[in-house]
Amino acid sequence: MKAQLLILADGRFPSGGHAHSGGLEAAVVRKRVSDLDSLRRFLIGRLYTSGLVGAAFAAAACADPGSMDGIDEELDARTPSPALRLASRRQGRSLWRAAAVVWPGPHVTKAGAVRKGLHQPVALGVVAEAAGCTPGESAAISAYHAVSGPASAAVRLLGLDPYQVHGLIAALGDDIDRVAQAATEAARGPAADLPAASSPLLDVSAEDHAAWEVRLFAS
Amino acid sequence: MKATARVVAEHTTSGTALRVLKGEAPLLPRRTGPSEVHFVGGAAAPLGGDDLTMEIEVGPGAELTIRTVAASIALPNRFGDASRLSVSVSVAEGGRLLWLPEPLIAAARCRHTTVSTVDLDRDAELVWREELVCGRHGEDPGDVRLTTVLRRDGRALYRSDVAVGPHARGWDGPAGFGGARVHATVFRTGETATTSSTPTSAVMALAAGGTVATVLGRDLIETRRITDALVTPPQRTGKAAVTPQGSTAIDSPLVRRA
Repeated sequence: MKAQLLILADGRFPSGGHAHSGGLEAAVVRKRVSDLDSLRRFLIGRLYTSGLVGAAFAAAACADPGSMDGIDEELDARTPSPALRLASRRQGRSLWRAAAVVWPGPHVTKAGAVRKGLHQPVALGVVAEAAGCTPGESAAISAYHAVSGPASAAVRLLGLDPYQVHGLIAALGDDIDRVAQAATEAARGPAADLPAASSPLLDVSAEDHAAWEVRLFAS
Repeated sequence: MKATARVVAEHTTSGTALRVLKGEAPLLPRRTGPSEVHFVGGAAAPLGGDDLTMEIEVGPGAELTIRTVAASIALPNRFGDASRLSVSVSVAEGGRLLWLPEPLIAAARCRHTTVSTVDLDRDAELVWREELVCGRHGEDPGDVRLTTVLRRDGRALYRSDVAVGPHARGWDGPAGFGGARVHATVFRTGETATTSSTPTSAVMALAAGGTVATVLGRDLIETRRITDALVTPPQRTGKAAVTPQGSTAIDSPLVRRA
């Protein structure tokens, strides 16, 4: 186990992720998620769709950070929702801001020059490479964050017991490993063939959520 | 069953000519309008084990609308084999394709994949509707995956994989379909007025141009209330207005079999 991996995966790493609920706030307000069981179904659906896509793109960017522009373009094509693209690029930008100080390097510098900011998974892969992580480790961090981000938002949004929510994350451990493994394998091919698994309600509710005047999370 | 259908539309001074219009059961194309083709016999397919291919080519400046006469039902065969439909489409410069088939219904225990690849040249126009119905009445769907790849000049515009069924983890949960039985998408090139989204539908402007509407509903009536308004031909500037296409004789003299 490498310390760099733990630092990057740590929820306390100042990458701004805490401002986003990964679509959970919209799901809670629309009464699709209201308790531990519906949260579990939300997390599984998210993990196997956008979680898989994000993990594969993180692995691909880590394996070949020099191709970050082309990889980022492919992720754009897989993100129909303008609200989700904006949220993803903002998170990519805040991750980059921290990484530019923590793990400076040529690819991290180049990532900062992308005017609108890289998509979060692509930025994560580039930063993970600079931190000395492998593509498989990048995918694991990304898949874990796909679950842990909305799960911790659920504690705030629904007042769920944090012990039980972490019990839920732990119970999804095998699924997270499986998705990270599949993502790492998928990332060995060309960027155009990276996974494109859709989560229809995440797209639709991101647009719904972005139109609200009052909300707790940015996305 | 292995079957291939091919339609090639060309622009001529007298309108759209179908240079190629051929198929084999269960993919049988019939000309039904000046620039319209219906596929007949869709209801019997795809059945487990089927390997179906559709090739659609729209030449420079040509216009084509593709429809089916009935919904397709993805059914299992008794050996549990997978079925596959590959749709390859190219639309050349100045060409336009309206792809408006009836829905695909995922019957229980089916194992079906549709892979659609569309290549657009420069200013080619496309309206593309896909509708997936999860199960016949009161039935849970089998495994269906719809892979859609839309490119312009070789660059990705839109890529999606929609998967339902027992092997698609969490597909019907609150991040996927949320209990909806029908999933409809409409892709359109160019600008589309992005109507305000609802909790179950959104019209979204893509990063590389065009829009995609994603609509979830209990039934087709609900999704078509939104998508029907989006499948009209794009308005063309500087070209003749598009007239509604009525039915004409099937064996038009413009049809030349290849």
